[in-house]
Amino acid sequence: MDPTETVAEPGPSPGGGPSAAPAVRLRRAVALLGSFPALAGVDLEVDRQEIVLLRGPNGAGKTTLLRTLAGLVPVTQGEATVLGIDLVRDHKAVRPKVGLLGHATGLYDELTVADNVRFWCRAARARAVDADAAMVRLGLDGRLRNVAVGRLSAGQRRRTSLACLVARRPELWLLDEPHAGLDQEGRDLVDHLVRDATAAGATVVMSSHELDRAVALADRTVTVTGGTTEDDARPPVPGPAEIPEGQDSTDVA
Amino acid sequence: MWHDALLVAGKDLRLEVRSRVALNQIVPFALLVLVLFAFALDPDRGLLERATPGLYWVAVLFSGLLALQRAFTVEAADGNRDALRLSGLDPAGIFLGKAMAVGVQLLVLEVLLGIGVAVLYTTQFAGWPLLLATVGVATVGIAAAGTLYGVLAAGLRVRETLLPLLLLPVLAPVLIGSTRAFEAALAGAPAEGWPWVGLLAVFAVLYILAGVLGFGPLLEES
Repeated sequence: MDPTETVAEPGPSPGGGPSAAPAVRLRRAVALLGSFPALAGVDLEVDRQEIVLLRGPNGAGKTTLLRTLAGLVPVTQGEATVLGIDLVRDHKAVRPKVGLLGHATGLYDELTVADNVRFWCRAARARAVDADAAMVRLGLDGRLRNVAVGRLSAGQRRRTSLACLVARRPELWLLDEPHAGLDQEGRDLVDHLVRDATAAGATVVMSSHELDRAVALADRTVTVTGGTTEDDARPPVPGPAEIPEGQDSTDVA
Repeated sequence: MWHDALLVAGKDLRLEVRSRVALNQIVPFALLVLVLFAFALDPDRGLLERATPGLYWVAVLFSGLLALQRAFTVEAADGNRDALRLSGLDPAGIFLGKAMAVGVQLLVLEVLLGIGVAVLYTTQFAGWPLLLATVGVATVGIAAAGTLYGVLAAGLRVRETLLPLLLLPVLAPVLIGSTRAFEAALAGAPAEGWPWVGLLAVFAVLYILAGVLGFGPLLEES
């Protein structure tokens, strides 16, 4: 496949317009943790409603890449657009539109499951009914709703974090090891949630060391090594110098 | 902004109600400070009476530091600060909400310490309007400055020891102003106390403005 054809590939919504733009487009993006370039020129393009798996060894930069896409780590060089928002110009603007499930749960131990989910749901201006529905979906209804998070098992805490994410209805799901700590039923549930989210219009970028399950779930895998990416299914995204003059990257087809 | 402030304040107060850290640890600590002052100064009862306003506010500041540290310890746990950044909450709203929750805890603490002073030091309270105004504006100032410095220290490994070091010098005007205003009220000369309330109000307004403007960048850096 010609590399330029990859760039021109439209998103899931036909007919062009804003929704046809990729959900994620990074070109030679550099992000620093202190003075260390945790991302050292990443190229990544993710279409709307696509599920992309990031794979790579520990310390390769997968978590930093997810945090960068969430607007938590600024991009210092290169180009980075997520959900139409230029992260180089304002990396914080994308935050309300994304949901990040990280290694940490982001929960308050002394509050109950329902308190936590409702708080994060209201913070995101989501509806209370969505919080209740998310708890039911994650199997946190009934007795568990009123249990303090600090008394839950690791798997139940993970489910609560997922409920917070689901209730927010983000456009871009960023999942860092989403299956970790969950039992078989919970892992299946994560897969269902991811598929349902993309069917409803969301886009998913995730990292996982459970490759069999994650590869089956993903539409595409991208290998992250040493702070750079290598698309396993697509050739690298061409840089501006490789695009014919006077032609925007989005209309190269 | 106010929606976010009330949401955060409600969450922080619910955390305190559930954990009972303030009730089980901070209030006993505050009363213990009063008791220790009484032991130290009891042989000279006159000195204890004269020093009561200052001792009261020193006890408020020391105990308030614990409440402030607690307010930011809960945000340091398990990725909560990242979750706050991602939440879409207005940073100014987060600042006001956390300051409101700290302020409510301080008010409860001040009432209990007032009862403690009345019982242990046999203090006869007088000049209630001045006393209440002093408590009100001093509490706002302590809560606002404490919340601002709390987030400043939150990202540091040595935050538990650094926060008192940073905050106590900043709160010196509050200690001086509120002590002088209390002295004036208890001495039956409230007119001498109101200028100090004005100073406390200026302090409170300045730190509210600084917090509304500066909390966001500090939250990013913490």
